[in-house]
Amino acid sequence: MTDWLLSAAQGTFGQVWGPVVYQTVLNLVLIVAIIVPLMLGVAYLTLWERKLIGWMQIRIGPNRVGPGGLLQPVADGLKLFLKEIILPAKANKGLYVLAPVMALMPALAAWAVIPFAPDVVLADVNAGLLYLLALTSLGVYGVIIAGWASNSKYAFLGAMRSAAQMVSYELAMGFALVVVLMVSGSLNLSDIVEGQGKGRFAAMGWTLLSWNWLPLLPMLVVYFISGVAETNRAPFDVVEGESEIVAGHMIEYSGMSFALFFLAEYMNMWLIAALTVLMFFGGWQAPVAVAPFTWLPPIGWLLIKMFFVVSLFLWIRATFPRYRYDQIMRLGWKIFIPVTLVWIVVVGVWMQTPWSIW
Amino acid sequence: MFETAVFCVFGAILLFAGLRVITARNPVHAALFLVLAFFTASAIWMLLRAEFLAIALIVVYVGAVMVLFLFVVMMLDINVERLRAGFWKNLPLAVAVGGILVAEMTAILAGRYFGAMPSTEPAGYSNTRALGGILYTQYAYPFEIAAVVLLVAIIAAIALTLRQRKDSRRQDPGEQVRVRKSDRLRIVPMKAESHDPSRAADNAPEGANK
Repeated sequence: MTDWLLSAAQGTFGQVWGPVVYQTVLNLVLIVAIIVPLMLGVAYLTLWERKLIGWMQIRIGPNRVGPGGLLQPVADGLKLFLKEIILPAKANKGLYVLAPVMALMPALAAWAVIPFAPDVVLADVNAGLLYLLALTSLGVYGVIIAGWASNSKYAFLGAMRSAAQMVSYELAMGFALVVVLMVSGSLNLSDIVEGQGKGRFAAMGWTLLSWNWLPLLPMLVVYFISGVAETNRAPFDVVEGESEIVAGHMIEYSGMSFALFFLAEYMNMWLIAALTVLMFFGGWQAPVAVAPFTWLPPIGWLLIKMFFVVSLFLWIRATFPRYRYDQIMRLGWKIFIPVTLVWIVVVGVWMQTPWSIW
Repeated sequence: MFETAVFCVFGAILLFAGLRVITARNPVHAALFLVLAFFTASAIWMLLRAEFLAIALIVVYVGAVMVLFLFVVMMLDINVERLRAGFWKNLPLAVAVGGILVAEMTAILAGRYFGAMPSTEPAGYSNTRALGGILYTQYAYPFEIAAVVLLVAIIAAIALTLRQRKDSRRQDPGEQVRVRKSDRLRIVPMKAESHDPSRAADNAPEGANK
């Protein structure tokens, strides 16, 4: 099939340009194949968030649009599409328009290196983990440019808060990933997942116990909580802080430009969920290597685990009150970073002893 | 051929961004053009297959340093007129420094470009691994010394800013966390109040029965 397409492209565009056109079209198709389910995932995550938090608070949640409220995201999207995009007076026009794009771009580009199943990955690069670290560190630009360009003090306060918060938690997150990198000995995400399927327990069929979450439990906790802070979700959502600075960086945005920030936030939630699963919960591997568990295809396991982690985000939002800002900073700098630094040494020493399990 | 074309495009963007850093009137724009310059430089390194350095540049400079830089620049209230006052006076010195920089970089870069280009790497070659291999074996001691120097600088910077003001009122989170119910709440034993409806009406606030 692919050979036939390649030769067809060579026949149409010539020997030189044929493979180029073929590769470009193939990559575009693959990108669409990732983006479309991702967009649907984002749309229905908003519904699932409202439903789940509704149930947790003994309410029903949205149930008017479509059967059981299933068309609610479509209605929300339509409403946002039809709204006017307002440009505030004296806003910096170019940057004001650029900011939502800057927020969305890294959230989308990061999916290029996520492996969904063995060999199912858009770009199987060696430095995949580094690439992810670089892209997640770019997300903060959308927020601070939005805050500055909209010429509003609330937006600006939100931008200031987020710049400090996201830079602080990036460090803890990066160090937690360094520990994962140490035990897997690779920056390639597929290799990291494959590495978790080996070990004493995996040989006995209990793959579940060979995953990184058990030996690296403190790192999992640090990584996940930093992930919540990095995506500016409750209880770390002082960046938006409805009760203090109305909605932070996106207060001046309306219609689709507002929706882009929203999309970026939910896409980042899926991304952190995917990364948590890949780094600590064995990616696409089935928890137990016996019959009923192995029937599900690898991508099914990945999606189930991601869904679980994303629901954890919502559960946390429904449970905890918002942190005070100085407490957020204290948690990031005085607790998470020392914990990760100590654990790097602990794992480093552990790996040199005869009891090393890696 | 294709790589040369891409390099030319990136080079043009890099030069443009670099020029805009020094010509932009708005300091925030200048900082953002600096971000663009870093990003394009990293793309050019990626083109040279130095992916570790390329991504490290983004993580360190674009992801952390420039964010804090923007953070500061955005809070400044900069008067553009006053900044431009000494422009012509400082121009000769600036041109001289710039000229020396260009000459030095040409000397270094031209030598490498006109000499032998590195051959293509074998399969399974990892840039990160190669860099780590050299850094932690051949240059282990200089690397450690550099790390210690940086550590000293960090501690010195913190020590310089760490001064305790006597009149500052700040919260101690540790103390807040250690608070127990008995510290804040006192349970006072009282007799049960009567539920006589006629007396409850007397206790109601004024205006309640209007």
